Amino acid sequence: MAASKSATVKRSASKLKIKKTSKGSVAKGPSIDQQIQFYKQMLLIRRFEERAGQLYGMGLIGGFCHLYIGQEAVVVGLQGNVIDVDTLITSYRDHGHMLASDMDPKGVMAELTGRVDGYSRGKGGSMHMFSREKGFFGGHGIVGASVPIGTGLAFSHKYSEDGGVNFCYFGDGATNQGQVYESFNMAALWKLPVIYVIENNKYGMGTSIERASASTDLHRRGEAYGIPGKVIDGMDVAAVYTAGQEAVEYARGGKGPIILEMKTYRYRGHSMSDPAKYRSKEELAKMRGERDPIDRLRLKLLECKALDEEAFKDIDKGIKARVTEAAEFAQASPEPDPIELFTDVLRDVA
Amino acid sequence: MATEILMPALSPTMTEGTLAKWMVKEGDSIVAGDIIAEIETDKATMELEAVDDGCIGKIIVAAGTEGVDVNVPIAILLEEGEDATAIAVSAASQRLTAENNSAKTTKVERVAVVERPATPKPVFDADEPELGPTTEITVREALRDAMAEEMRKDEAVFLMGEEVAEYQGAYKVSQGLLEEFSGKRVIDTPITEQGFAGLGVGAAFGNLKPIIEFMTFNFAMQAIDQIINSAAKTLYMSGGQMGCSIVFRGPNGAGSRVGAQHSQCYGAWYAHIPGHKVVAPWSGADAKGLMKAAIRDPNPVIVLENELMYGSKFDVPTSDEYVLPIGKAKIEREGTDVTITAFTIMVGKALEAAEQLGELGISAEVINLRSLRPLDTETIIKSVQKTNCCVSCEEGFPFSGIGAEISAQIMENAFDWLDAPVARVTGVDVPMPYAANLEKLALPQVEHIVEAAKAACYRDYATRKRK
Repeated sequence: MAASKSATVKRSASKLKIKKTSKGSVAKGPSIDQQIQFYKQMLLIRRFEERAGQLYGMGLIGGFCHLYIGQEAVVVGLQGNVIDVDTLITSYRDHGHMLASDMDPKGVMAELTGRVDGYSRGKGGSMHMFSREKGFFGGHGIVGASVPIGTGLAFSHKYSEDGGVNFCYFGDGATNQGQVYESFNMAALWKLPVIYVIENNKYGMGTSIERASASTDLHRRGEAYGIPGKVIDGMDVAAVYTAGQEAVEYARGGKGPIILEMKTYRYRGHSMSDPAKYRSKEELAKMRGERDPIDRLRLKLLECKALDEEAFKDIDKGIKARVTEAAEFAQASPEPDPIELFTDVLRDVA
Repeated sequence: MATEILMPALSPTMTEGTLAKWMVKEGDSIVAGDIIAEIETDKATMELEAVDDGCIGKIIVAAGTEGVDVNVPIAILLEEGEDATAIAVSAASQRLTAENNSAKTTKVERVAVVERPATPKPVFDADEPELGPTTEITVREALRDAMAEEMRKDEAVFLMGEEVAEYQGAYKVSQGLLEEFSGKRVIDTPITEQGFAGLGVGAAFGNLKPIIEFMTFNFAMQAIDQIINSAAKTLYMSGGQMGCSIVFRGPNGAGSRVGAQHSQCYGAWYAHIPGHKVVAPWSGADAKGLMKAAIRDPNPVIVLENELMYGSKFDVPTSDEYVLPIGKAKIEREGTDVTITAFTIMVGKALEAAEQLGELGISAEVINLRSLRPLDTETIIKSVQKTNCCVSCEEGFPFSGIGAEISAQIMENAFDWLDAPVARVTGVDVPMPYAANLEKLALPQVEHIVEAAKAACYRDYATRKRK
């Protein structure tokens, strides 16, 4: 890796700030074509999640189901920067990350309904899905536990010198777990190529960040370890993409971990059974009305005449069809054979 | 086309709910995302959002209705421009729903008689490998040699833990490894068990083969979520995609005068969990053969070493292909009158007890379990069918211990062969005391095994109870 040669950065405070997008940085922001792609991906996630909510209501999806509606720009913008060897890991609000990783909506939905054609053959459910092929390493149900694992994936990138970076997503709620800081320490100590993405949607389940965190500047949580951090408008997919470009340049360049705090918002409750009484209707309406990442991008693309109303209608139609196909597939796929109860507990010794 | 709005399930446990309030009336136009009703679930009052655009054609279930079953139509949504005649369609589907509900009851009855598939029996066709040429070395060196040989063989294997590199191991197990394999593959960690255990799991997901050393297994309690929830369960939860080839190793069991927090056997804890393997070597050959098997295994393997055994010397095979099959016990001493099972340090005590029993004319068979998960039930059962009684030995607590499991296995598989109750020789059911005399009393000693074996053979009724 040529990039690793530039790994000698002094740990002075001034050097830790990421450079603003300007000459010298590769960060250029997304092209119009890329933004059209982002629009499609965000809309796919939104429609998919709405349908998942609907199937949950019909009793076809069970257990816990955490919808990503409202947060789409975060994963879509960042995924615009990945290369094949990169890996992604997240917590349990994971459907958006899977779709953005190019996993098949049919397989994701079939896992939600607990069927054999699901990514985990129906044995994982909403919170536990994986695709090695797509670099998606879950899907983890324990708050904070995915952070050391993502750090370990970054360790394996560095160990095998494959040039990969781990995108390690977690929520504002996880930032008060001790193992997050154990990970920050080791990642900084060993300069591991990991981008810590804090999806700050303002609530850890029903507790607002102000009631849970003594310091709410989550991007500064790495300061004690010399990890630079940046706050980004997570409701603006272009801003997310650009921040991702800079972060990838930093992490892939052998400089170590970096933190991106994405200010975002979930429209639905924490899970399907959460009435979200801990926040006002006005707060939600304001976010939805003024900050919605999909509406904002739609307006932008209309204004710059990249797409017209007709084109948007076609996109809507195409995505609706994909989601309907996924929902039908997920209901038609059979439940796992009873013998699956005993498979995949251990691998056979070669 | 008119669509039915169904009573939704809004929590994992909801089967029915109250339709508390309608926020719309017949004839209202709605768009997706509008709140149309409030529904009381078993957990909370939830708002029901519309998922499609349209016009409310008919409200079927009135506000205030309690006990509305999930999936029953509560309203009819018309597409814009559609008239009320479309509503007729829904009468038929209401009947259908009623049928569905009755079908649900039958289904429940049917489920009750569905048989579980039989638990597959583990198959071990591997034989005890030949020792070949041996050399006398300590358990500590045998463990180190096993790691070094596997690291030479496979670039993906690395060792990580507190003091494993420059300090050469807190118990000097990793002596010389840093010099041979460099800091890239022998890595000193900060004191951060949960962090480096989780990091190891991630590295294993990334196709490396980590050996994670805990300075002692007492400290692994800080990391047990990563060991169990992340390492052991993910293969299953991923439908077989996410193999995790990782070794968690370190000293386990009673230390010497270190008090309750540093002195405990975790055999039963880890053996309880499906999704990983648990081995506990006694001899130097065990240590080498099991450690190599653990590193080569595509699954997480917990290697429970014993601090007090590290300096013990044994004849250890010099071959770098000496690998023991995990899941196979070893009969260390053949006998005909009583079966004694033991693992790690207790194997030595059991052999000593067998010597003493021999002097009393009792022929004891000593089984070195080697592996706690999978447990070699077959070897134990065969032995009990010969001896008709069994004494299980372990340092751990008696309650829900390995002995409890062995006892249950014998009862289930060899009840008719038993001439005496299975006896358990264990640590005493208290946190480990510090005082030398109390510590000795808390731990199972050779004489306890002798007494238990005599009682099992009805040689001495008076000593049936442990003194």
